[in-house]
Amino acid sequence: MDLIQSVEKEIAPVTRAINFEVGDTVKVHYRIIEGDKERIQVFEGIVIAIDNHGLGKNFTVRKISFDVGVERIFPLFSPRIGKIDVVRKGKARRAKLYFLRERKGKSAKLKERKGRSGVIAADVPAAPPAEKAGE
Amino acid sequence: MKKTLIGRKIGMTQYICEDGTVVPVTICELGPCVVVQKKTKEKDGYDALKLGYLDVKEQRLTKPIREDLKKKNLPPLKVFREVEVFDSNLEVGSVINCSIFTENDKVMVTGISKGKGFAGVIKRHGFGGGRITHGSHFHRAPGSVGAHTFPAEIWRGQRMPGHMGSDTVTVKNLKIVKILQDKNIALISGAIPGRRNSIIAVREK
Repeated sequence: MDLIQSVEKEIAPVTRAINFEVGDTVKVHYRIIEGDKERIQVFEGIVIAIDNHGLGKNFTVRKISFDVGVERIFPLFSPRIGKIDVVRKGKARRAKLYFLRERKGKSAKLKERKGRSGVIAADVPAAPPAEKAGE
Repeated sequence: MKKTLIGRKIGMTQYICEDGTVVPVTICELGPCVVVQKKTKEKDGYDALKLGYLDVKEQRLTKPIREDLKKKNLPPLKVFREVEVFDSNLEVGSVINCSIFTENDKVMVTGISKGKGFAGVIKRHGFGGGRITHGSHFHRAPGSVGAHTFPAEIWRGQRMPGHMGSDTVTVKNLKIVKILQDKNIALISGAIPGRRNSIIAVREK
């Protein structure tokens, strides 16, 4: 397995560490390409799951949009993600918060977790793979 | 002449392109391969290169192979395969690695598929099978295999249970997505036959 991991490390388009936990409310700045134009869309919601699949590591963000629940899965190592801001830290006792799907309004809220540090929203520098090869 | 290399399947992962699209890829170690023998039309009846791959402890080899490699001053190697003479500059002892391929090359990959053992007709030939419930006594059996007095035999090629897998399988039209020269590793799009660490041959399309 080490060989697979070392290859994955080398081909990762961005170096990015996860700076949030399941239950946190995050703002994901996602670059959207429309034709030749590019804009940044912010998706804000609760992280209800983090899935580890090596380079395919992803996280699911859930929000309520006009009374409709919307979930979006973001690949963590996608170069289209600009930055991930943590807005609020939530208290969660399990790794997957799928029970939130059946809840509405106040019962779908998580208690705020008093974070270890006030510093959240660590931006992650993107390193192009071309630079890596020269190292 | 088609370039060919012997290699090893390492495993699968995803390759994320610059625009964010994700491609499923198989990590393959290609080479380094050593030219062990050059067969010629005059001497052997046909032209071919015999490539050797994968270092091995000397005592694991049989004496004829060991002595042959020793005579040619080559390291002990485990796997051998004859390929076309794709480069006339290659001599016995020259080492080739994945640098002979470039990114975006179309290749075909030959390997030995995973063995499935003695498999029934549902797994082996995709038969539908019968009902499991509602009093059915016909579950996964093949059913009728032919007619009666005429022709009084079972036609050749009738699909029946038997050994499945462990076949030599070639997958064509795969793309080399990325080459990591220092590790001798190529990322080939899609799946390739065989289990992890199984020996494969990658041939230019």
